[in-house]
Amino acid sequence: MRHLLSAEGLDLAAATAVLDTADSLKQALLGREVRKLPTLRGRTVVTMFYENSTRTRVSFEVAGKWMSADVVNVSASGSSVGKGESLRDTALTLSAVGADCVIVRHPASGAAHRLAGWLDGTGTCVVNAGDGTHEHPTQALLDAATLRDRLGELAGRRVAIVGDVLHSRVARSNVHLLTTLGAEVVLVAPPTLLPVGVDTWPVTVSHHLDAELPSLDAVMLLRVQAERMHGGFFPSAKEYSLAYGLNQARLRLLPEHAVVLHPGPMLRGMEIASAVADSPRAAITDQVRNGVHVRMAVLYHLLAGEEAVA
Amino acid sequence: MTSQQSERTAGHSRAAAATTLITGVRCYGEGEPVNLLLRDGVIAEIGAQVRDADAEVLAADGLIALPGFVDLHTHLREPGREDTETIATGSAAAALGGYTAVFAMANTDPVADNAVVVEHVWRRGREVGLVDVHPVGAVTVGLAGQKLAELGTMAASAAGVRMFSDDGHCVADPLVMRRALEYSKALDVVIAQHAEEPRLTVGAQAHEGERAARLGLAGWPAAAEEAIVARDCLLAQHLSARLHVCHVSTAGTADVLAWAKQRAGGAGISAEVTPHHLLLTDERLASYDPVNKVNPPLRASTDVARLRTALAEGVIDCVATDHAPHAPQDKDCEWAAARPGMLGLQTALSVVVHTMVRSGLLDWRGVARVMSERPAEIAGLPDQGRPIAVGEPANLVLVDPEATWTVRGAELASIAENTPYEGMDLPARVVCTVLRGRVTAHEGRIRP
Repeated sequence: MRHLLSAEGLDLAAATAVLDTADSLKQALLGREVRKLPTLRGRTVVTMFYENSTRTRVSFEVAGKWMSADVVNVSASGSSVGKGESLRDTALTLSAVGADCVIVRHPASGAAHRLAGWLDGTGTCVVNAGDGTHEHPTQALLDAATLRDRLGELAGRRVAIVGDVLHSRVARSNVHLLTTLGAEVVLVAPPTLLPVGVDTWPVTVSHHLDAELPSLDAVMLLRVQAERMHGGFFPSAKEYSLAYGLNQARLRLLPEHAVVLHPGPMLRGMEIASAVADSPRAAITDQVRNGVHVRMAVLYHLLAGEEAVA
Repeated sequence: MTSQQSERTAGHSRAAAATTLITGVRCYGEGEPVNLLLRDGVIAEIGAQVRDADAEVLAADGLIALPGFVDLHTHLREPGREDTETIATGSAAAALGGYTAVFAMANTDPVADNAVVVEHVWRRGREVGLVDVHPVGAVTVGLAGQKLAELGTMAASAAGVRMFSDDGHCVADPLVMRRALEYSKALDVVIAQHAEEPRLTVGAQAHEGERAARLGLAGWPAAAEEAIVARDCLLAQHLSARLHVCHVSTAGTADVLAWAKQRAGGAGISAEVTPHHLLLTDERLASYDPVNKVNPPLRASTDVARLRTALAEGVIDCVATDHAPHAPQDKDCEWAAARPGMLGLQTALSVVVHTMVRSGLLDWRGVARVMSERPAEIAGLPDQGRPIAVGEPANLVLVDPEATWTVRGAELASIAENTPYEGMDLPARVVCTVLRGRVTAHEGRIRP
């Protein structure tokens, strides 16, 4: 693996390798008092976030630190980016100061691809931590890790992704990765929140959550962002919640074993009822926990080569 | 050579060039080779045996003569963005591309919405003298789409503006568009519409479809163009006004135009297509390289196929480049931050040959029609797009139909160098361009 730019670019072998490594790292750290592996000692990892994020940035930072990498956090506001420096110049600067890996979140779709192009030949690798409405591959990997924990192998499993698919990089990455892992994906959303062209995706599309619930092994809820609520994509938050929110009555329609996922941050009472979020069926804190292990695994595969996990 | 000597030499060659003999050329790629004698800006004689001992001889064996090309849609960026193109460099690119007349769009800084700016552009074009530069006036003040610019004053100015457009922006308000179409009738000018319903393209980045959905790029739906074209065709026909549709990019727009042109009183509607919409598709977007960003966006291959047949059938009248140079920093960035537009003047003929001639959709007469005759008619230029015949203005381009060349942005005459055609091998080459009997470009070099 040279970079991790998209889940679309991960084949079954590569995805499985990352997930297996994440598992091994998780086991290796289990019960340790000092959660630190020496694997990436002397490596420099830079997180470069052009959008606000707490969980993803912290998760990457912790992942790097647990592997003994030196982690530097750059935020768009506190750097020369705020003075109008181009993305390209920022990337070349970070590479020149010795970054082995740049983890980037950016509001423009394709920003990580562009970065990888500009850094070609420098030896600096790029991890996409979310680019616009395109992809968020480590989120899909941590979702898959969480589902594997709960359900075992994902081949043949049926997973619904519910909500704002149109603007969701989490949805796009999950469609690719889950499909690669052999799962069947159902997108459930009002037509206004599905992209034109979704009919060519390897998924089934539904506008009726209740009809899908009984056949699901997992349901993944997407956050409904405030600007969508006011953007005329649906008549009201209440109507959205009534049609697509996962409440307790709907939870009962799910099979006993089915898992509830949410990439966070959640809007309790909107796309997910508070009681559902806190129920044992929800794996939301597991997702966050697995996020660290998955990101460790990604850094490992990018920076430590193919040797066995320490 | 001293500067005095060089001046004298240049003066001498210019005097000699008052008479030019083009030998062994096939007009429109048809019939036997002939010689063309150009004298005093017109075609003086045509024939296999025509000779003139005093004339500068241009050996044109194997070449095709066509009327000089006319581009209804060029961005010369002056005034305002002289770091990307000037009237001088854009004129050079035009001459090297085979053009003898170009229309310079109004979205400069300051906007060409008044007589001062259009006269400046016109005058600079004359000073450079490589191509007839016709300024396009803005339809509305500041391209803001609200208040009509002084169309009459611009039309009556020294620049003699014949075409008005808010290109880059749509005249979206239906009432403002109605007034513009109606008012233009008295001036015998044409309103050229950039058809884009702005409410349907808020934040749009790419052709709305499978690829944009996958890449997470906000969609620019075909219907946003088609709806405006349909509306404006209906308005133009209702008012018996003239409408020119800029850069048609979708199959649906071609269908709307075919329908509108068939209706009673369909006269007065014309349309252009860009070379890039005839060749490139949104498949190129996978790299997120903004050299492929353009407005309207690159569409699907089905659109490209329909645009080609529409051009061949005359549903779309002509090819216009939408030559739009941009600075490197406005392209070497993330997709959403990049500016839309691409170079076009020096690649237009080759792209048309590649997409239309090699595919059998157009012969060379057809190329003359879509790149010279129709655009000259649409803009009302009496001395351009004329037949290659004795007594006609000597505005000509000589084309090598068998040549192949590799596009290198750095070698093009424009200041901006970024181009989606970089490294592409394209057929056919402009060998010589003649403006009123004077050679403006020859063998890839400008003759100032």
